[in-house]
Amino acid sequence: MTTLPVPGTSTDVRPRKISRKSTGADAVFIHTIRTVGTVVLVITGGVGLFLGWQAYPTAQNYGLGFFTESRWLPEADVVGIASVLTGTFCVATVAMVIAFPLALLTALYISEYAPAFLKNTLVSLVDLMAAVPSIIWGLWGFFLIMPHAAELAMWLDRNLGWLPFFDVHDADPNAAVVDTVISQYSFSMFCAGIAVAMMVLPMSCAVMRQVFSQTPEGEKEAALALGATKWGMVRTVVLPFGRGGIIGGTMLGLGRALGETIAVLLILSPSFEVKGRILEIGGNTVSALIAGRFGDADDTQLSALLAAGFVLFLVTLAVNTLAAVIVNRSRSGAGTDA
Amino acid sequence: MTLAPETGVAAAGTTHLPGYDDDAPPAIPRPALGKPTADERFVRYGTVAAGFALAWLITQRLLPLAGLPWLLVVWFVCVLAVTGVTAGLSGGPVDIRDRIAATTITAGAAVVGAGLVSAIVFVALRGWRPMTHLNFFTDDMAGVGPKDAFTQGGVLHGVVGSLIEVGIAVAVTLPLGIGTAVFMSEVGGRYARVVRTVVEAMTALPSIVAGLFIYTVLIVALGYPRSGLAAGLAIGVMMLPIIARASDVVLRVVPSGLREASLALGASRWKTVWHVVLPTARPGLATACILGVARGVGETSPVLLTSGNAQFLVTNPTDGVMNSLPLFIYSLVRSGEPTAIARAFAAATVLLAIVLVLFVLARLLARPKRTKRTKVSRRLTGGTNRRGLNLRRGDPLAAMGPVNPADELAQRYPPAPTEEIP
Repeated sequence: MTTLPVPGTSTDVRPRKISRKSTGADAVFIHTIRTVGTVVLVITGGVGLFLGWQAYPTAQNYGLGFFTESRWLPEADVVGIASVLTGTFCVATVAMVIAFPLALLTALYISEYAPAFLKNTLVSLVDLMAAVPSIIWGLWGFFLIMPHAAELAMWLDRNLGWLPFFDVHDADPNAAVVDTVISQYSFSMFCAGIAVAMMVLPMSCAVMRQVFSQTPEGEKEAALALGATKWGMVRTVVLPFGRGGIIGGTMLGLGRALGETIAVLLILSPSFEVKGRILEIGGNTVSALIAGRFGDADDTQLSALLAAGFVLFLVTLAVNTLAAVIVNRSRSGAGTDA
Repeated sequence: MTLAPETGVAAAGTTHLPGYDDDAPPAIPRPALGKPTADERFVRYGTVAAGFALAWLITQRLLPLAGLPWLLVVWFVCVLAVTGVTAGLSGGPVDIRDRIAATTITAGAAVVGAGLVSAIVFVALRGWRPMTHLNFFTDDMAGVGPKDAFTQGGVLHGVVGSLIEVGIAVAVTLPLGIGTAVFMSEVGGRYARVVRTVVEAMTALPSIVAGLFIYTVLIVALGYPRSGLAAGLAIGVMMLPIIARASDVVLRVVPSGLREASLALGASRWKTVWHVVLPTARPGLATACILGVARGVGETSPVLLTSGNAQFLVTNPTDGVMNSLPLFIYSLVRSGEPTAIARAFAAATVLLAIVLVLFVLARLLARPKRTKRTKVSRRLTGGTNRRGLNLRRGDPLAAMGPVNPADELAQRYPPAPTEEIP
């Protein structure tokens, strides 16, 4: 016989106690993994704090002059990053001016124009391009591109020399004998910027392509169904939808361009002059300065180099954070069900 | 449904499926509506050819613009012009804009592709000569001057150095990076958010600054000699935030339904992570790691500051100076000797090959696992594509009528004893 429980007879009804606390192996797991997280936090945060801490004595020694002094003379104890900061921004600007249109066009081609059977291969190729070491791009820029880039620079100076940033001092672009003048146009920030552009291009392109590929199919088809041409569809649907990705990808590329070392070190002949004349020989960037001057630095100058690195890190961090905010705030991902 | 009942025969209350006419001729394949017609293809390729002919005429015969770069630039402009004209012949301004945009976008992609191909081909072409000698792969540069012939010296010390340094970096960063990613995505909480913020911020650390950090702390302050260990740690400091962040991204896309199913079945949290989350994310994690390694192998700047520049084979990372491929290339190029530069290009080819192998490996691992399906099961599912999407069901024609009756598929199961099942 089955007895049914009679409701109300049991006087002692208490809800089962539920604990979210981990026990046994789980507790060990959580603690271990938390420790790993802490170790990584200490390492990565430690690097940042160390850099900031090293910047302090530099601020004491050189004061604000650190940002306005353009020379780097360890013997005379005169160091400053005015020229290298300008150089860093010039090289990065040149790189982005070249890389942005190419990355945008490539991303559009892969996501909208490429035949379907090529698409995956092209995506892999762009990723491969991102994995090509920077020293390879340095060699490519130095030996293959620089002779042509110098000629182009000369042509630009001849025809657009009235623009301040295309001007080159001490060189006559109309000279009859090219060989003696051409060296004034080589080893310039323009040449370095081309090599850096090839490095940052795949990164920007990947971000842009990813955002373009999230464009709602329904909206694209709606545009086509209303009679838009392919370009009309791209202009009115894909580009507005991907605006956040375009800006964010460009800024991520900019963040990488600011920190590039080895290609710049190979191509640019170092000089410490605050200038925006990108076609002219000479210039310097923060990372190339560190790579070139760490060997002969004493303790004070080493911390000055670290401070320069810290400034570079802060600039890169600001650019990257802005990029992340822009990408996240864009419409990307919203409305994909439509 | 476009079902035409058999005329007059059908009794009330019964449904008749239309029968198939076995003698009917095979269906004519639908014309591909999106495909360009022969005319359009002719215009498309003809435009490029006409543009090239015009460009050749202008640069080689009419204007003093010798040189390959000018030819390419003028070619592009001419193709744009011819495109505009041909589009204008058959359409209005909207068509012209469309065609010119398509040409520009294709040309932009072609420029990028040309950049990649030219870099790889250029490096290989300039560096093939030293690679024809076997000693290039089996020898180091001990006692070999920059002007010596290619029959002496090699890159063995660079390759070994690179592998050891990256090995150290991976041994340190892999457990830490993936562990942190697991912590950030599986445990969560306010503290994990702090860790995530810091790790994401540190991905902005320029590689040269990572090298300078190790140089200052380990070599200047602690007096540890320049060595492979220092270089490995410098690469590790650079790679750690990259790998942690990439793994975090991979782990976050593991469907939470899988986690919840595992927990609901009574598995503990660590078992869920170990048996469900990590295996699901394994291809993605492998890709993230290998791409991180490829980046680490090619990075020159942290190594430049920390490893020293040994000309001989060093296998003990704690034993003084070492060398690595990127650094080897850099110092050879800096020496300025033609033979040294040729050697540098050969070393660069080796470096490219290593990166390429790692990259292909990452691609292979990242591919979605193919489920082993027999012919029979494929027939049962009615022909599915690789992602398990039912093509038949997705085909709009299948929705319109029983083009391929499911019964026919089921009738062949179980297979005849003579039928071979792979």
